[in-house]
Amino acid sequence: MNIYIRKFWSYKDLLFELVNRDIKLKYRRSFLGYLWTLLNPLFIMLITTAVFSQIFRFSVENYPIYILSGQIIFTFFSESTTTAMNSILGNASFLRKIYVPKYIFPVSRVISSFVNLLFALVAMIIMMVIFKVPITWHILFIPLPLICIFLFCTGLGLILSVLAVYFRDVIHIYNVLLTGLMYFTPLFYPVDILPNVIFKLMHINPMYHFVTYFRSLLYMGEFPSLEQNILCMGISLSFLLIGLAFFKERQSKFVLYI
Amino acid sequence: MNEYAIEVNNVSMLFNLSSERIDNIKEYIIKKIHRKLTFENFYALKNVSFNVEKGDAVAIIGDNGSGKSTLLKVLAGIYKPTTGTATVRGSISPLIELGAGFDMELTGRENVYLNGLMLGYSKRFIRDNFNDIVEFASLWDFIDIPLKNYSSGMLARLGFAISTIVKPDILIVDEILAVGDIVFQRKCNKKMQELMSGGTTLLLVSHDLNEIRRICNKAVWIHQGGVVKIGEVSEVCNAYSDLR
Repeated sequence: MNIYIRKFWSYKDLLFELVNRDIKLKYRRSFLGYLWTLLNPLFIMLITTAVFSQIFRFSVENYPIYILSGQIIFTFFSESTTTAMNSILGNASFLRKIYVPKYIFPVSRVISSFVNLLFALVAMIIMMVIFKVPITWHILFIPLPLICIFLFCTGLGLILSVLAVYFRDVIHIYNVLLTGLMYFTPLFYPVDILPNVIFKLMHINPMYHFVTYFRSLLYMGEFPSLEQNILCMGISLSFLLIGLAFFKERQSKFVLYI
Repeated sequence: MNEYAIEVNNVSMLFNLSSERIDNIKEYIIKKIHRKLTFENFYALKNVSFNVEKGDAVAIIGDNGSGKSTLLKVLAGIYKPTTGTATVRGSISPLIELGAGFDMELTGRENVYLNGLMLGYSKRFIRDNFNDIVEFASLWDFIDIPLKNYSSGMLARLGFAISTIVKPDILIVDEILAVGDIVFQRKCNKKMQELMSGGTTLLLVSHDLNEIRRICNKAVWIHQGGVVKIGEVSEVCNAYSDLR
């Protein structure tokens, strides 16, 4: 265990550089640059608010903030896992020719997305001030759900990155699944409009729990129940451990397939 | 303590050369049902064993496709042997392929950092040694243009300069130096001698038997994945050139 940590530490500069490069490349040659990390979620929020509050007329208090709080979490989830999934294939030229710890590529992608999430979080807090949503002391606990989601996405990203090496179909299937999952997570609608059966079914969706946790702190201003805490940490830790084990088991083999 | 720098113990490396590449689920399932999932097994290395003492300069010779590069990749930790063990004691600088660990879209400067980090250097170390690296590669005029515009000789120069900026315990050089011009080849030879006199173990793959005789003291001859002959450099080189 100690060896792993020391090795990870010796490659921290590489990890940092990869993250830096991801973020730089994303906004290269764009006039507004990093400002887009703030503007993007805001524009999406404006559109979804306009669409859903005018057409579906859900009665949710502070609807723009409700949407935004779900949106930024889900965007992080889909962006980080998708880019992590492609990271091993995308860096095949390195992995075939030079020794580097292979997990560094998927992990760096999740971290890059996480940095974007932090920017988006700033955007959200600005919006909360503008819409006069009360900001309570619960906001101090915001690292808790963020860490949970980060670990969850890391684990899932590791698994997907290996699967994509063996079966390229996974990339397409996952895109479809993500769209399905987006509607199966209460991002735009309140859960109380759902029929009871579907609401019960929704509990198997990890994103439902993370979004709910995040919302209780920021949007509702209340601390989640003990049950919710255990559930979120349990999900994220088990995904992380499964992901690490899955990746470790196969990492010496998939070099031959990329 | 007389520990070997490199110990290769019964290493075999198996590749699945599936006649058709299967990378989607549909094909996999169909073939599985029809029991057509046959892989052509190909041993790139077969029960290779040898030891390298510290400070030795070992040449690896053999025809194209005999498994030389696979062996180096096993030693560098890129491939894990199917069976057997390969133990390498100390830090290792692998120069396996032209442009390995480079991103062709980035500039020379950015690649010095990226490649150095991939070799496990710290950022501060690279910054401190940046001038020496570029000086050795004599690439000051091209350091800020993307690598895709470099010639193969320039790539080799940059790669060699980065890998030898530290004194590695083991240096692996895979025939990439052949693309450098004569000035650079002399420079490299000098650097390799310098490292070796400092105790670095050298592993060199080359087809130039004269160069091998000049630099190395031991040689391993590999043919179709197996060791044919191992021993003093002149002996092995003579046997190889007699046969070919």
